Amino acid sequence: MTYRSNLERVLSDGKFAVTVEIGPPKGCDPNKIKEKAKIVNGWADAFNITDNQTAVVRMSSFASCCILKKMKMEPVMQITCRDRNRIALQSDILGAAAIGVKNILCLTGDHQSFGNHPGAKGVYDIDSVQLIHILRNMRDNGIFQSGDKILAGNPDVFIGAAANPYADPYELRVDRLEKKIAAGADFIQTQSVFNVEKFSLYMDEVCSRGLDDRVHILAGITPLKSVKMTERMRFFVPGVDVPEHIAKKMENAKDPKEEGYNIALELISEIKQIKGVHGIHITALFWEDIIPSLVKDSGLLPRL
Amino acid sequence: MIITKKKEFKDIVDVVGKGPVFIAGCSECATICHTGGEEEILEMKNALIDKKIEVTGSILLEPACHLLNDKRLFRQHKKELERANKILVLACGNGVQTVSEISKDWDVISGTDTLFLGEIKRANDFEKRCQMCGECFVDTFEGLCPVSRCPKSMLNGPCGGSKNGKCEVDSELDCIWILIYNSLKEKDELHRLNELRDCKDWSKSLKMRRTL
Repeated sequence: MTYRSNLERVLSDGKFAVTVEIGPPKGCDPNKIKEKAKIVNGWADAFNITDNQTAVVRMSSFASCCILKKMKMEPVMQITCRDRNRIALQSDILGAAAIGVKNILCLTGDHQSFGNHPGAKGVYDIDSVQLIHILRNMRDNGIFQSGDKILAGNPDVFIGAAANPYADPYELRVDRLEKKIAAGADFIQTQSVFNVEKFSLYMDEVCSRGLDDRVHILAGITPLKSVKMTERMRFFVPGVDVPEHIAKKMENAKDPKEEGYNIALELISEIKQIKGVHGIHITALFWEDIIPSLVKDSGLLPRL
Repeated sequence: MIITKKKEFKDIVDVVGKGPVFIAGCSECATICHTGGEEEILEMKNALIDKKIEVTGSILLEPACHLLNDKRLFRQHKKELERANKILVLACGNGVQTVSEISKDWDVISGTDTLFLGEIKRANDFEKRCQMCGECFVDTFEGLCPVSRCPKSMLNGPCGGSKNGKCEVDSELDCIWILIYNSLKEKDELHRLNELRDCKDWSKSLKMRRTL
């Protein structure tokens, strides 16, 4: 069997996958992203490149993926519907596939009012489910959204999507995941997991519907760096559920960095035991340098 | 209804300059929004006179967006209009432009900001209801419109950001997807949300002129 990407190969082999997020710099200095990439190189199966996350302008996801490709690292290119219509999105998909991007993660995108250009006009021509569907049709059926035929090469990529087990209404979360799978998602990266109990219930429902056989689910992990960051995640980041016992641990810690690191290790070891979880997706916001030890100490990599 | 809000008075004064100015309001939406009815016209007139700006007259258009009505009503105020060099319009963006079309010799000034097509919830409390997308399918969403009422116009269910039934973009705003969900749940028809909604055909709203 041939695989589209290394990530697809790892997941299809039934191994517990690791992906790591790399946020492009707020500037055009390629060394900035190269430095971050060097730190985490070898410590994940693929590396997510964000697309102007939280609606803050950064180096484009596409260009950052090119830089990673040159470093022989495998990117997961994130694309959002916030800034581009279906014409630009499909064009970028073709371009990305042309330079050898093998994983594309489809998102609706954080609303522009949260970013550093709140006066921007949001596009939202299509939503993430529709983007997944378009990408699947481009890949498998060789057609654009309009029904027009692709003439010179279908983008043969592994299709990713996001899922949030915590957002309201809770009852709809698994339905929405199922919809993304039906639209064409091959793998899923979840919102950062802090509330393991609730995540576990979500995964029970996922497994009882047999969805874990139809899609690869990577659970999100975000190491908490400080009390301030914990508070921010707890109260201001939409759709994140940081339970009180974790917040307390951070508050009472002599060294919050060390505590945050240990919490992340605990979370990984608990999540690994949950049926249906096929890997971990680490987002260490402005704290990339702890990723190698986190991946190593949690026993994720190197694989034995 | 077209929802408008008053511009800041000092900004209006800056544009009106020395005048003299003629004021036109609107009998419909701007009257109900309290931005361009009889009362607001009078209020504006007095405020401008206080600033030593000459006001030559005023009119309540019925409604401002009606080209032929505007022409007819303007004829009745010919003398007052002739003495003015500017017309301040207290109506929506459409009303201002209809007045512009028949007032080539005057500077036409907009006295309001036009916000959206929405509902009057109670006095001075309005909420957007329609984006005028040219293809209404609210019937498939329990009579609720995610195109105009979700800041991301999501057609396949809620994003991950709604909290306690409110939108992540505006904590005062109901998440439209929660309202749709609640309504379907009550009818035991949640399965309807599983249907994949295809991309919207935005070209339906592109035609800017129609003769029906």
